[in-house]
Amino acid sequence: MDGLALHIADGVIGTPVAAGFAALAVGVMAVCLARGRADLDDRLAPMAGLVAAFVFAAQMLNFPVLPGVSGHLVGGALAAMLVGPWVAVLCVSVVLVVQALVFADGGLTALGLNITNLALVSTAAAYLVIVVLLRVLPRTLTGLQVTAFVASVVSVVVAALAFVGQYWIGGGVELTAGLGEVLGTIAGVHVLIGIGEGLITAVTVVTVARVRPDLVYVLRGSRLAGAARPVPATRGGAA
Amino acid sequence: MKSTGRTGLLVGGLVVCLLLAGVVSNFASGSPDGLEHAAQQGCTVDAAGEIVDGSCMAQREREHDLAGGLFAGYRIRGVDNQWLATGLSGVAGVMVTLLVGGGLFWLLRRRRPAGTGPPAAGPARE
Repeated sequence: MDGLALHIADGVIGTPVAAGFAALAVGVMAVCLARGRADLDDRLAPMAGLVAAFVFAAQMLNFPVLPGVSGHLVGGALAAMLVGPWVAVLCVSVVLVVQALVFADGGLTALGLNITNLALVSTAAAYLVIVVLLRVLPRTLTGLQVTAFVASVVSVVVAALAFVGQYWIGGGVELTAGLGEVLGTIAGVHVLIGIGEGLITAVTVVTVARVRPDLVYVLRGSRLAGAARPVPATRGGAA
Repeated sequence: MKSTGRTGLLVGGLVVCLLLAGVVSNFASGSPDGLEHAAQQGCTVDAAGEIVDGSCMAQREREHDLAGGLFAGYRIRGVDNQWLATGLSGVAGVMVTLLVGGGLFWLLRRRRPAGTGPPAAGPARE
């Protein structure tokens, strides 16, 4: 577990660019605090704390994706589905801050870069996919599962590409391999990581949806066929 | 007929988090992750993980400013047993994240207009 865990370390991206993204991250957090407040009520607040704790735990669990290469959950898609996009960005940001300050994971000067990629970009990409797919797919557990999976894959790949963009702007070292080739590696590996993330997210979201569909943010205001038990008018009726 | 309560789900969820971070974390892959792997592309890395040749993204990476911290690297300074160190730092991380995140969200939450609904039950029920 000496890995950087998908987090950018200090020094990789030049200071001015890192500072710019730190400012961006502060602005994004302010917007999410304001917008997230509208979503946070007595019911969502404890759930959001739990989602943050779950993302922290899951980020410790690196799974192998290729010989000698691993990956772990980012959590933007999972959080977006369970607590909505604004609070989701805050959840993942809290995790990144705790990791950087307590566990020396992810550079302090790179915190803005990491919040931008792993909290903002991953959540935003995931949420766009979620909104589209939930409109298109049938309102069933399977539809929810597929949505969680696809949103995860897309979010992880887009977040990784955001890092490549940051390196393109502010990376200090001319690469032997060339940025294009490294981009190919990053995209390919993160498709695999995204598949792992998709499986974890799908299982987690469907588990919550089975037990308490009302606690899945993206299902608010809609009935999910096959998840919630029908009102038990007749005991022991057809399930 | 009572379905699983919200408190039940929250407590169950926390237990899952603690098990993942406290126990399962010891079975996590120690290989470099996707970003780290790509960041070393173009460089030759020796067995100790030091860059010996070439140029790559990871080249200017600095040691973390807090690398000497108590829980740095998901270990615990002074605890030699790796299982214990990883597991306990995982449990600590889950609790810190829950307290910081849960506390923030609880403070931020919309309260009901005064006089309606049950009185606030104090700090977050965790």
